[in-house]
Amino acid sequence: MPAPDVVSPAIAPASPSLALHRGVLLLLAALAAAALVGLPWLTTAPNRLVSGQALWLLPLLQGPWALPAGGVIVAVLTLVGLGGFTSGRLGLTLMLAVTMGLIPGLLWLAGAQASVAAHTASSVARTSLSSGFWVACGLLGLLLVELLQRLRTALALRAAAALAVASLVGGLLAGGVCDELSLVKEFANRADVFWGAVGRHAVLVGVSLVLTLVIGLPLGVWGHLRPAVRRVLMPVLNVLQTIPSIALFGLLMAPLAWLGAAVPALGQGGVSGVGMVPAVTALTLYALLPVVRGVLTGLAQLPAGVLQAASSMGLSGGQTLRWIALPLALPVVLAGVRTAAVQLVGLAAVAALIGAGGLGAILFEGLFSAAQDVVLLAVIPIVGLGVLVNAVFNSLGRLTRVSRVRALLERAGRAA
Amino acid sequence: MKILSAVRRWAADGLLWAVILLAGLVLWLLHAQPLFGALFPLLERPVYTQEPFALLLWAHCQLVLLSSGAAVVVGTSLGVAVTRPAGQPFKSVVDACVALGQVVPPVAVLALSVPIIGFGPAPALVALAVYGVLPVVQGTVQGLAGVPLGLQQAARGLGMTPGQCLWWVEVPLGLPVWLAGVRTSVIINIGTAAIASTVGAKTLGSPIIVGLGGFNTAYVLQGAMLVGLLALVVDLAFERLAQRVTRHARH
Repeated sequence: MPAPDVVSPAIAPASPSLALHRGVLLLLAALAAAALVGLPWLTTAPNRLVSGQALWLLPLLQGPWALPAGGVIVAVLTLVGLGGFTSGRLGLTLMLAVTMGLIPGLLWLAGAQASVAAHTASSVARTSLSSGFWVACGLLGLLLVELLQRLRTALALRAAAALAVASLVGGLLAGGVCDELSLVKEFANRADVFWGAVGRHAVLVGVSLVLTLVIGLPLGVWGHLRPAVRRVLMPVLNVLQTIPSIALFGLLMAPLAWLGAAVPALGQGGVSGVGMVPAVTALTLYALLPVVRGVLTGLAQLPAGVLQAASSMGLSGGQTLRWIALPLALPVVLAGVRTAAVQLVGLAAVAALIGAGGLGAILFEGLFSAAQDVVLLAVIPIVGLGVLVNAVFNSLGRLTRVSRVRALLERAGRAA
Repeated sequence: MKILSAVRRWAADGLLWAVILLAGLVLWLLHAQPLFGALFPLLERPVYTQEPFALLLWAHCQLVLLSSGAAVVVGTSLGVAVTRPAGQPFKSVVDACVALGQVVPPVAVLALSVPIIGFGPAPALVALAVYGVLPVVQGTVQGLAGVPLGLQQAARGLGMTPGQCLWWVEVPLGLPVWLAGVRTSVIINIGTAAIASTVGAKTLGSPIIVGLGGFNTAYVLQGAMLVGLLALVVDLAFERLAQRVTRHARH
């Protein structure tokens, strides 16, 4: 089908109007306002065992907390108003400032309310953040991202904005304002366990990732050089990733338990059906697919001209691989490693079911006792770790993506 | 000769073998007492008998079908909406949600739904549906974005309305990538549904969880074999479907 060279304006895709662009900001702000007004934002319970009673934000307007609660309401309504009627830089910047203040502001108000409840009721009373708070904060977070994009801010400024909100929230937590919130109480109750679990989780992910790289990188190169290997390797790795994590953990349990019992030396070395060994084995098997695929894709997409240039300079096959192909494929390889690492952070949580510990242990403890705050105590660091790992590998990828063909060829020429 | 080649084709059919293996395993496990008794001599009850495996398989499939069905409907609508001119401004918000979904593991969504909804199949259904939306949205958006702009303009130039252009040009061309998104979503859901037995849903994960709690490795093995095989069967079925769709899209 021939594509038309000239597109008449009548059939060109219409560019979205300004009103629609405002619509996104308006929608996010209005939903945040609706969540704060329409959903309970806190729950209180006489102790941690019974289910709580819902608290709404609006009733706070009558009473001693009228001023801060009114401030929150006014701020949200300002966002809705600005979202609906402004599109200038000034308005957007104002919205950004209000949003950045509102997130810690909500947390401060919630913490203050929890302190009031703790002092008026018994000391075992629990005040938890509820759906209204979480939904509103999530929407405000999305609004923040959208505003930063809309303002076309530089990467450093975006990072600074995120850091500012994070440090305000961190300051509130460190300052003890939120000490009576159930989530913070749970954290205080098990700070040792928590940090131990974070460390264990990091070890699970780190060891599996290192093992994956040690096995996966050579496998990928081998597969690139030998199509026959590739044809066997990829279906096997695909099947491994298709098998659900819990099933793979389960399938490894019995054989490893037998192995540990049959070979005492291995058994003493920690090989058994439960714990670190089956977890790391399963996690490594999972992470192999994205890493090997990254190596294969990275090596396959190299321009033929570069490889020809290398060989006409007199580089051998091995030298070309070492000096040219692998460095040039690095960004794609790193993208595969990033996928694997992010997956590992989440999968390691499931490994707690076979006694590998980590943050998953806290998660399932909270799940089995239906304690939301305990679950959150695990989910927040898991997501945090995922974001961190993602960001680290993303920036590594960016660092290596510079076009360096010439530099590499020169360096290889000197070496050869 | 015709029969022989047909037989040979069946013999090489991975999907057929996987289905036979799954059905055979479900039936055979009912009578597997002697084998598992020999393999695990220390266990008093070496075969999971609290519910028949066929029932668990059916419940598992039901959970996945319902949640994935909802996820596909919502995800596809969202994906189509944000690629229309009117929905374009909302694409960045959807992108941000999809990016966030990649660092939140499905088990976290499952765990968070329990305190909100309670124990049982309901939170599992909601969590699976919510998490399953993201890969579908991603597949829809990528699939539609991959349709060459020139083709769309040519279609409009032929006098097609935007709706006709979507249905006759964009949908057929975007279908393979969309299907890959649905496949990812369904496979993730099969695994998460197994973990959902920790929140009180009856699934093929139940033998695994019961076995892990009661140190009964035989239960774990039985559940794990069935869950793994189910995922493989569904994945192979999607593979077959993908081949059909790609062949169709080329015409």
